Amino acid sequence: MIAVLQEIESSYGYLPAWALRQVSEKLELPLTQVYGVASFYDAFHLTPRGKHLIRVCLGTACYLRGSTRILEALERELGIKDGETTPDLEFSIQSVRCLGACALSPVMIIDEFYFDKMTPTKINSVLKRIQEKNEN
Amino acid sequence: MKIRTNQVLVALRNSLLENKDPNKPCVRVCVSTGCRARGSLDVLEAFREEVMKQGSGIDVDIKQTGCHGFCERGPVVVIGPKEIFYQGVKPYDVPEVVSKTLHKGEVVDRLLYLDPATNQKVLCETEVPFYRMQTRRILANNGRIDPTNILDYITVGGYQALAKAITTMSCEKIIHTVEKSGLRGLGGGGFPTGRKWRSCREAEGDIRFVIGNGDEGDPGAFSDRSLMEANPHSILEGLIIGAYAIGAKQGYLYVRSEYPLALKHLQIAIDQAKEYGFLGDAIFGAEFDLDIDIIRGGGAFVCGESSALVASIEGKVGEPRTKYIHTVERGLWNKPTNLNNVKTWACIPLIVNNGADWYAKMGTEKCKGTAIFSLVGKVNNTGLIEVPMGTSLKQIIYDIGGGILEGKKFKAVQTGGPSGGCIPEELLDLPVDFDRLTEAGSMMGSGGMIVMDEATCMVDVARYFLDFLQYESCGKCVPCREGVKRMLEIITDITAGRAEKEKLELLQELAEMVKDFSLCGLGRTSPNTVLSTLKYFQDEYRAHVKDKKCTAGVCKDLIEYFILENKCTGCGACLKLCPQQAIRGRPKNPHTIDPSKCFRCGVCRDACPFEAIMVK
Repeated sequence: MIAVLQEIESSYGYLPAWALRQVSEKLELPLTQVYGVASFYDAFHLTPRGKHLIRVCLGTACYLRGSTRILEALERELGIKDGETTPDLEFSIQSVRCLGACALSPVMIIDEFYFDKMTPTKINSVLKRIQEKNEN
Repeated sequence: MKIRTNQVLVALRNSLLENKDPNKPCVRVCVSTGCRARGSLDVLEAFREEVMKQGSGIDVDIKQTGCHGFCERGPVVVIGPKEIFYQGVKPYDVPEVVSKTLHKGEVVDRLLYLDPATNQKVLCETEVPFYRMQTRRILANNGRIDPTNILDYITVGGYQALAKAITTMSCEKIIHTVEKSGLRGLGGGGFPTGRKWRSCREAEGDIRFVIGNGDEGDPGAFSDRSLMEANPHSILEGLIIGAYAIGAKQGYLYVRSEYPLALKHLQIAIDQAKEYGFLGDAIFGAEFDLDIDIIRGGGAFVCGESSALVASIEGKVGEPRTKYIHTVERGLWNKPTNLNNVKTWACIPLIVNNGADWYAKMGTEKCKGTAIFSLVGKVNNTGLIEVPMGTSLKQIIYDIGGGILEGKKFKAVQTGGPSGGCIPEELLDLPVDFDRLTEAGSMMGSGGMIVMDEATCMVDVARYFLDFLQYESCGKCVPCREGVKRMLEIITDITAGRAEKEKLELLQELAEMVKDFSLCGLGRTSPNTVLSTLKYFQDEYRAHVKDKKCTAGVCKDLIEYFILENKCTGCGACLKLCPQQAIRGRPKNPHTIDPSKCFRCGVCRDACPFEAIMVK
C-alpha cells in the first residue's frame, strides 16, 4: 500500500480524499487503515501543496547553527506557518529533520536548489530569485 | 554477460586491470549530495567540455564518484595518478586545471588544501590531516570508483568475496567466520552479527528474508547515505553473501525516500548485479537464487527499529511490537528475517576476503573493526570519517575535525542521534566503542557525532531532541507517547523561565520511568539526552530555573539583545532590517533596542558589521 500511496503523492503532490477511497476499494482494505498509513508517514500529505516546496533543515547540525531563525524569517516573509501553503499556492514550507548535507548547514532547499549557509537576511533575495525565475 | 564461475570473474578483473593504464590521468569528481549541492555536477560537466576543447594529445578518464568525506571543502576533485587533491573547485577553475595539471603535470596551488596547523599546502588526500588520522575500510573505495559502474567495483576486487563464499565456503563456515570476526551491528545496537545470522538460519520456517536497513533517520547522520550513494555494490555483495549463509531467497533494502540519489544508485547496482548473474538464479552455479527489491521508506524515524521497519514493508503503520519474539524468528510476514544496517552488510565482503582474524585485529577487546561517524556541528572539518574502534573522542574532534569553529571553547559532543547523550569535556579521552559510549550515558547509534561549543545551551539541546522524539513517537505505548510529551512540557517551561527547582526532580523521575518502561528502542533511549545533560550540565539547568538565565544566550525568553554604545556607529543596517521596528536611533548616533518590542530574532546581530549587538 505504501508504494501505491507514494505513486499517488508523486503524481498529485498530495493524497486527495477520493484517491484514498479508491485505494481502499481496489486493495480491499478498510479506509481507516489507508488513512492510518497516510497520516502516519511524513512522506504523505492530505492537503494540496504549493508550486514551490521550501524545505528548511532542522537537523541537529543545522539547528545548532541557527536554522530555526531561518524558518521563523521565512514564516514571517510568507505569512504562513511551517507545514502550510500560501493562499496563491505558490509556496509551501516544510521543515525536515536532516537532509544529510550537514557541511552546508544551515541549509534550505527550494524545489531542487540548495541554499547553503543560510541567514535570515538572505531569505528575501532567495525568494525574489525564485519568483523571477518563475516569471521568465 | 552472466558470470557463473570464479575463474570467469578473475579473468574479467585481470583484463580490466590490464587495459587500465596506471599512468593515465584520471579526474575524479565527487557528485555526492554534499558536493552536488555546491555545484559539483557543473564542475564535472566543465571538465568534460574543457578536455574536449583542449583535448589534443591527452587521454583522460573523467569519473563521477561518491562521497570523499571531506564535505566541508566540496566540491572535491582528485586527479590521478598523482592523487592531487583539489578542494572547493568551481567550474571557472576547470580550464586552468586542465591546461596546467592534465597537460603539463603542474599543480594549481590555490586549489590545494592549506593545513591550518602547519600553514603548508597539502598535495595529496592522504596527507590532509582530516584523512591521515583515519582508517578507511568500509569507505575505502568511496571516492575511487564510479558507483554507477559495476566494472569499477569489479576492478577493485568486487564480488570476489561472493565468489569465494559460494564456491569455497559452507554456510556454516561463513557464519562462523562472521562470528569469529567480532563484527557487531553498525546501525547502533551493536548486537553481534554472526549470532544474529545463526539464530535466523536456525529459526523454524520454510522462507527466510534478509533486509538491509538504510532508513537513516537520525538528524545529523549521513554515513549510510554516503555509503549507499558511493559504493552500493559493497552493500549488495554483503547482502547476497548473508542471504546465501542464512538461506534466504528474497532480500529487501529499506531506504529513506529523502535520499533520492542513494535510491537511484542502489537500483542501478541491483540491475547491473542481475545482468552479471550476481543476483537471480543459480548464483555462481550454486543452488542459490536471490532477488533484492528496494523499499522506499515513508519518512518515519521509528521505522529504523526492526519490527517497525518490517511492519512498514508489509504496508502497515510503522509501529514496533514487543520483542519477546525476535524478528530473526518471526519477522517479515512472520517468517525468519535477518535485518542489518547497510554498513554492517558492507563489512561482510571485507571479512570474507581477508578473514576473521584480520578484522578482529583492529579495535578494542569487545568491539572490533572500525566505526563510521558523520562529524558535524560546531567543528571545523565537517565530514564523514572512519576510525578504528577505540579511538578517543579528542582525537576525532581535534585531530580529524580540526577543533572547534571560530576558535570557540568546546562544551559537549552528542553521539547516537536523538537516542544518544551528551558527553562533556572531562570525558573527551573516552575511547569510542559501543560499550564505552553506553557507559557514559550515550550510544553509538547511527553514527552521528555532533560537536557543541560554548554558545550551545544544553537545556535547549535536550529540548530539541525531545521535540523531535515526541513528534516521531508512534504513539503505541503510554510511557513513550505521554512520558516524552510531559518531559518536553517541563523542559520547555525551563527554557522559558517558568519552572521552579522541583521540576528538575520530576524531570529526572519521568526520564527514568520512560527509560525503563517503553516498548521499543526509541522510547527506551529517548530520555538519554535529558539524563546525560542533567548529569553533566546540572549548572546550566540550575541557572535556568534559579537565576532565570541562559548562560549560552540561546533561550529566547531568558535573553535580551542590546547595543554596545561605544561600538555602534549608527550606520542603520540593523534598523532597516528589524522586522519589529524595535530599533531606534538617529544616523551616525548609537542606536538602542526596545526590549518590549524585540522578539529576539537576531537579524540585527547578523546585519551589524561592527559586532556592536550583544546578548545578555
